[in-house]
Amino acid sequence: MPPISRGFRGRRPTSDAASRLPPGQYETRDFPVLSAGPTPRTSLDKWDFTLRSTAGKSARWSWDEFQKLPREKITTDIHCVTKWSKFGTSWEGVSIDTLLAEAAKQGVEPSPYVMARSDGGYTTNVPLADLAAGKAWIAFIYDGAPLHPEHGGPARLLVPHLYFWKSAKWVRELRMMDENTPGFWESLGYHIYGDPWREQRYAGDE
Amino acid sequence: MDVVAETPRTRTVILDVPDWPGHRAGQHVDVRLTAEDGYQTERSYSIASPPEERNLSLTVERLEEGEVSPYLTEELRAGDKLEIRGPIGGYFVWDISTGGPLLLIAGGSGIVPLMAMLRHRDIAIRSSTARHQTPARLLYSSRRWDEIIYREELEKLTRTDDTLEVMHTLTREQPEGWTGFRRRIDRMMLAEVAWPASEQPRVFVCGPTPLVESAAASLVDLGHLPSLVKTERFGPTGSTS
Repeated sequence: MPPISRGFRGRRPTSDAASRLPPGQYETRDFPVLSAGPTPRTSLDKWDFTLRSTAGKSARWSWDEFQKLPREKITTDIHCVTKWSKFGTSWEGVSIDTLLAEAAKQGVEPSPYVMARSDGGYTTNVPLADLAAGKAWIAFIYDGAPLHPEHGGPARLLVPHLYFWKSAKWVRELRMMDENTPGFWESLGYHIYGDPWREQRYAGDE
Repeated sequence: MDVVAETPRTRTVILDVPDWPGHRAGQHVDVRLTAEDGYQTERSYSIASPPEERNLSLTVERLEEGEVSPYLTEELRAGDKLEIRGPIGGYFVWDISTGGPLLLIAGGSGIVPLMAMLRHRDIAIRSSTARHQTPARLLYSSRRWDEIIYREELEKLTRTDDTLEVMHTLTREQPEGWTGFRRRIDRMMLAEVAWPASEQPRVFVCGPTPLVESAAASLVDLGHLPSLVKTERFGPTGSTS
């Protein structure tokens, strides 16, 4: 039993909110921004997206080609490792399943792990199983409008069942990996997997 | 545990942490509060004390709508216990061995992790010849004179160290005879204050999101390498400082 904080009452979430909040999280109505450096700004005519296999095969889409892919609407709760959760965020994007299927036609073979790479040098590692089967998207619309650069626009990875640092902003590439190599925050003390429901915030958490 | 007033809205909580593993300037801790019925909530706070100090200090700004900061700034008192976890964060950190020049840009309580860097630097240069290799500049944006956190300590540091410069901007209200900046941090101010990009200063920017976004973008515009500009943002997009 942790020590009682004398005089602390707290602000209880409603029972509905409480059931949607992973352990240690609180609800915010804002959309806070967390980035380790300046916000990169890539013009759409220079933007492309690449899916790359370990064997060096790749599939590439320009912005226009990407926009022609079938898109999905997603409404989801998101959970940031810095403790805030935001309920019912709405996005539009291309399912990773769609990209994997398109890439397979060009000989891009799947591997068990993926490294997402972004403009500005950010990286994060995710098992392929957590990106496939309707669990993740490349999102470019937030709340009905083009995704703002501060929040990862023109396009970010959206993996809402993991802590939000896995949803790499400004994402440009998914690279297959045979090993689960840690990305940026995963090399700096954060958890290799990052399941909010198991409160996997930091290296060493179960 | 002790609590010290800094400004009308900020308090420093000084903790005696048994078995503290040590930290680097710029890191933070998670604070967890537990109510009598077992309800818990957690928030992160930057460490204000340098690694060299035995006690751990957190400077906390009271947010009117906050759940934890009003408790830490108003309810907590000497002798209370606090559950913390850390240190956390390995990117927004600076050690004397990282070198300089060191350029710090702060907005409001964003000064806290940067103060840990200045305190660490002050101790380190006094015990070595590193002083002239690591000049430091701080540009600090506050609303009013009495909201400048660590104001007297910053004055003292600059009096005793000619390789440290501290520049304030007061965005809401300035005392009579104020000669410092009186507007939000902008590109022109950064061009005036920052070392040229060619000197490759190590830059740390911490404050409310709009301030950090605008300062970081201006620095990149001025030619600073994005990889040398490290940022920590708090609060929502579009908030005012």
